[in-house]
Amino acid sequence: MKIDRQKMSEQDPLQRSTNFGEVNLGLQEKVALLEAERCLQCRDPKCVSGCPVMVNIPQFLELLSEGNLAAAAQSLLNDNALPSVTGRVCPQETQCEIECIRGNKGLPVAVGYLERFVGDWARGNREQVPMQVAAPTGRKVAVAGAGPGGLTAAGELARRGHDVTIFEALHKPGGVLVYGIPEFRLPKAIVEDEVARLQQAGVKIVCNTVIGRTYTIQELREQFDAVFIANGAGLPVFMNVPGENFKGVYSANEYLTRVNLMSAYQFPQADTPVLVGRRVATVGGGNVAMDAARTAKRIGAEASIIVYRRTRKEMPARAEEIHHAEQEGIDFEFLVAPVEVIGDEKRWVTGLKCVRMQLGAPDASGRARPEIIPGSEFVIPCDVVVVSIGTRANPLLTATCPEMKLNKWGNIVVDENGMTNLPGVFAGGDIVRGAATVILAMGDGKRAAAAMDEYLKTAPPLGSQTV
Amino acid sequence: MHEIIAKQGLSPNVTRLDVKAPRLAKIRQAGQFVIVHRAEGAERIPLTIADADPEKGTIALVIQAVGKSTRDLVAMEPGEFITGIAGPLGKPTELIEKGRALCVGGGVGTAVVHPIAQGLHRQGVSVHSIIGGRSKEWVIFEQELRQLGEVTVCTDDGSHGRKGFVTEAAKELLSAGGIDIVYAVGPVPMMRAVVNLTRPMGVHTIVSLNPVMVDGTGMCGGCRVTVDNQTFFACVDGPEFDGHLVDFEGLMDRLGTYREFEQRATHACESGQCKVGLH
Repeated sequence: MKIDRQKMSEQDPLQRSTNFGEVNLGLQEKVALLEAERCLQCRDPKCVSGCPVMVNIPQFLELLSEGNLAAAAQSLLNDNALPSVTGRVCPQETQCEIECIRGNKGLPVAVGYLERFVGDWARGNREQVPMQVAAPTGRKVAVAGAGPGGLTAAGELARRGHDVTIFEALHKPGGVLVYGIPEFRLPKAIVEDEVARLQQAGVKIVCNTVIGRTYTIQELREQFDAVFIANGAGLPVFMNVPGENFKGVYSANEYLTRVNLMSAYQFPQADTPVLVGRRVATVGGGNVAMDAARTAKRIGAEASIIVYRRTRKEMPARAEEIHHAEQEGIDFEFLVAPVEVIGDEKRWVTGLKCVRMQLGAPDASGRARPEIIPGSEFVIPCDVVVVSIGTRANPLLTATCPEMKLNKWGNIVVDENGMTNLPGVFAGGDIVRGAATVILAMGDGKRAAAAMDEYLKTAPPLGSQTV
Repeated sequence: MHEIIAKQGLSPNVTRLDVKAPRLAKIRQAGQFVIVHRAEGAERIPLTIADADPEKGTIALVIQAVGKSTRDLVAMEPGEFITGIAGPLGKPTELIEKGRALCVGGGVGTAVVHPIAQGLHRQGVSVHSIIGGRSKEWVIFEQELRQLGEVTVCTDDGSHGRKGFVTEAAKELLSAGGIDIVYAVGPVPMMRAVVNLTRPMGVHTIVSLNPVMVDGTGMCGGCRVTVDNQTFFACVDGPEFDGHLVDFEGLMDRLGTYREFEQRATHACESGQCKVGLH
């Protein structure tokens, strides 16, 4: 019997564009089991090598198809500390699923949906998948940043018996999972669950602690046997066009942080405000831009417009996010680039002046280079502009650690094990890569944790390190 | 969690809270600030560390109650706890090593001037402070600053010290010569007036900016200010900048972004819709 790829049920687009409830509603158990059966159990599974954390996909799918959920969950959790997160936010279509042999003739196995299903099952049945923690090694490890990279590394290190403390700059752990990715794509309760699981395994989390300010890396090195830096990317990039400081221009980071982390959509029940905007223009084509544009609609914008200088095909966002945004009535202005923010006499935003573009020869990234069409200026009327064109390295930590080697963009340089030029100090995620994805940060955390474990087997006892 | 150890009203709308924060008390430097997160659901508020006692492990926060968030904060009492205080953030003040410095403080800005004067005094720099307020009861940190050098008090109505604005007193002092640097913190119009005074005299002037902030670590970019025609983030590049290069109009304008929200929150608060006072 031929089984077709199962579909994920979704909240109705019109309804969901006015609420923060999750868009994807998950699979029923019998649907998940059916989908898992579609896995061909390849002897040389290409999907596994497509996964940045190398989840043994055929194994957990086989166990799932047999209805052995506890074993499937255990298998998945052994490879991926945050499956309920990655099952929701990973770009599966360019990682595991693009490698699936089923995709050659038809549709690939819905690995992402199944990962989410098993991850969620594990969250609801913790007692059946307890975290196995090795005997204490007596080694202390500090992790800077409680985002996906830091949480993953902390889990891996705790499992190996190390005494782990995570330092988080914000008042809540989760990093981009709580300040950036909106509730409708990743409910905060999931992040809270994952954090609680780590804490049960002995991981300590200290919030409101900014590494580079509250403690320097040198101070951490004096108190911990090893350090993992995963403090994220940081500083938002602006367009550098006139009018960018008018009232109503936000970075996507600020806009999303106000709404997600600070719950500004509940103002005045929550204390932090956000300018809602009647017409919101979001500049950029990544996942963050989709999140901002879809958030604008949810908090009450009549029109939410994505402004992107290339075409739909070149957009770096996940296919599903673009699709969901279209369904929710987000407008797209493709081949358009902003040249100026227009404001009224009181410097409130009234529009975004843009030019039309055409695609020329490919640039260094391999994508067609957009070129301005002369005389094509026009204005998109709007009262809020959200700039979502990337981030650059945050200098807070590295500025107080001058001996650490950085590249020309200010990102930390690491070797193949994730170690910086300072012995015992490792780094991963956006502070190393520039703006990347949740799963790449997790991959870095996982690899670095393994390398740190090796390092700790022979590392000098605490207090004897030198620079 | 940070326990409030002492509370003192400094002026009709300015309150000093001494809060337990041993690490911050030990390492803070002049000019640095913290982000205060009073409780779940509260705003994150940037506040300068006005003073610190490393032995007691406390820092002093000086809060002008202007909106709901600051009012909630000053409604707290000794023995209660602030959920989170992150810092010390921002670059420390560039302190001169010798010579004579003029510190100008207006309103609650005087509390920000205090740690700068402390730092200068510690270096052996001679400090003259000019501080002002509407009337006597609005003048703060006078006694503390007197321990660090000479102090001239100005009030709008002449009820204390000399009558008039701080800029007038500053002009006289600067005209007499011998001032190597000026540090000015206060309302934007005051800082702008001071830099307009010192610019033609060629006296280097540092101001401390207080734009809207969320995280305080460079992540949100909400605190961007224009200095020398370039955009800087006050939280990581400041909060202190060369006053002669600051775009004060832009700063003042952006500070007005949430004025309407503040009024709404205050209104909701006064009409009993908010949770303040119920816990």
